[in-house]
Amino acid sequence: MIVTDYLDESAKKFPNKIAFVDEKRSITFAELRNESLKIAENLIQQNFFKKPIAIYIEKSVECVAAFMGVAYSGNFYTPLDVKMPKSRAEKIIETLQPSAIITNENLFEQANQFNVKTYIYENIQKNTLNEQIVKDVGRKIIDTDILYVMFTSGSTGTPKGVIISHKSLISYIEWGKEAFQFNDKTVFGNQTPFYFSMSVMDIYQTIRNGSALYMIPHMLFSFPIKLLEYINESKINTLYWVPSALCIVVNFKALGKIDISCVKNILFAGEVMPVKQMNIWRKNLPNARFANLFGPTEFTDICNYYIVDRNFSDDEPLPLGKSCKNTDTFILNERDELVTKENEIGELCIRGTCLAYGYYNDPERTAAAFVQNPLNKSYSEKIYRTGDLAHYNEHGELMFDGRKDFQIKHMGHRIELGEIETAALSLNDVNQCCCIYDTNKNHIVMFYSGDVDEKFLKENLKKLLPEYMLPNQKICLDELPLNANGKIDRIKLKEKLN
Amino acid sequence: MDELFKILKSIKKDVDFTKEKNLVDEEILTSLEMLELISAIEEKFEIEIPAESIIPENFQSAETIFKLITDAKEGKI
Repeated sequence: MIVTDYLDESAKKFPNKIAFVDEKRSITFAELRNESLKIAENLIQQNFFKKPIAIYIEKSVECVAAFMGVAYSGNFYTPLDVKMPKSRAEKIIETLQPSAIITNENLFEQANQFNVKTYIYENIQKNTLNEQIVKDVGRKIIDTDILYVMFTSGSTGTPKGVIISHKSLISYIEWGKEAFQFNDKTVFGNQTPFYFSMSVMDIYQTIRNGSALYMIPHMLFSFPIKLLEYINESKINTLYWVPSALCIVVNFKALGKIDISCVKNILFAGEVMPVKQMNIWRKNLPNARFANLFGPTEFTDICNYYIVDRNFSDDEPLPLGKSCKNTDTFILNERDELVTKENEIGELCIRGTCLAYGYYNDPERTAAAFVQNPLNKSYSEKIYRTGDLAHYNEHGELMFDGRKDFQIKHMGHRIELGEIETAALSLNDVNQCCCIYDTNKNHIVMFYSGDVDEKFLKENLKKLLPEYMLPNQKICLDELPLNANGKIDRIKLKEKLN
Repeated sequence: MDELFKILKSIKKDVDFTKEKNLVDEEILTSLEMLELISAIEEKFEIEIPAESIIPENFQSAETIFKLITDAKEGKI
């Protein structure tokens, strides 16, 4: 089975049902399939098979059709953030070496800068479809083939392309359907960008179940009352958002002002959900189901989940709950032994069907993170070392204890602080740089030394990093403190924050 | 008004806020910058802007934002 079977099925069962809605248009399942097949036919005619295809289209109905079109053609896609700085996009293009880019009329000039053969969505749609060509290729696609490569932040400044197969995605989607009983009545209010792993839940559950997905206009997240009105008018019943987005609604005291009792499922992942804000959501929507989801892009999206089944005090952390289907999450100590005792902290490791193949064109970083299971000496079995620290509490529940390294989750995005530091150090006259995450304020704080004007730093970082990676605060010091090993002393810098 | 221009400039340097009339519609301010702006205004002018007033119309230009601040100060909203 491959993911295009989902769309074939839904287009047959619900041909005229609205599937995806963006700010400009909506599309039914039959229309979506038709537009996808045209994209596929175009790629097949160029003799591309098992090749990377970059999608350079802002979040829209066309974006989904482009993803599915690439899948129908036996190739694999990479969604690109059209707003990311050119230098970062170029790094991704260099690693991915795409055979083609699919873009739209509006973005053609921007997309054409990458010196890759670029096709325009609107032009492809003018062609008449020969479905047989696509069907013939379809027989050659197997479930272990790659579906997409999704890029995440890398500490050396080069993003890593996580390789996900049809099989992994299907395993994830089948688990989600069973765990949350998604069906053709489910209406997703999508918040996450399509170049971010969480969005695959919204997109593929919709295609799998004949559900509907509303792409919530980004600007509404600045206007919480308008956001709630949109949810109400669209009769959205399922939210799978990053906690920051859920917190905006609470912090601006918008909850309770507009009736959103249509919302029955509130799932969150991507960063730690502050329980105080969750409790306000629960008070306002007492009949809704709340679930804390947890996992890395390297495991498709999620490895563990906890459906909130009891009351939590505002300062109590939420458990990570149990493993998803066909998933085994376990803790290894520093000697690579299995941790079973309560309260012993170790590194969270995962094995299972949703495991990525590694990082695209990056054997070194793949070998470091995707390793042989140290508990198994008898045959080849890969696990992913998450770099996350965890322990079991007195109820046997898995609890999150932060990171082993300098990776953070900020505004729902996984960020290597090293990538920000590398960007700053690439600028003239920045001598030293160290970023610290202020967990009290959810702020990225950059300490630096050098004869650099703060405005110059701000303007230039904007050219190198996506918006969510820009430091919230910059502190200039004459010299950054060093520890005994001669490394920048992060502990001393952290103390300066208090 | 000068204080407001200072805040706006600190959030986005390369925009002429004396001329722009469609800050929201033309997406001149991103959603993150909008949040930064609201927090900065609330702190600087010691006001609380109610959720009902955080709507696009009130944030289209420096004038509309300034009117919002004045209304909040005078207890009209």
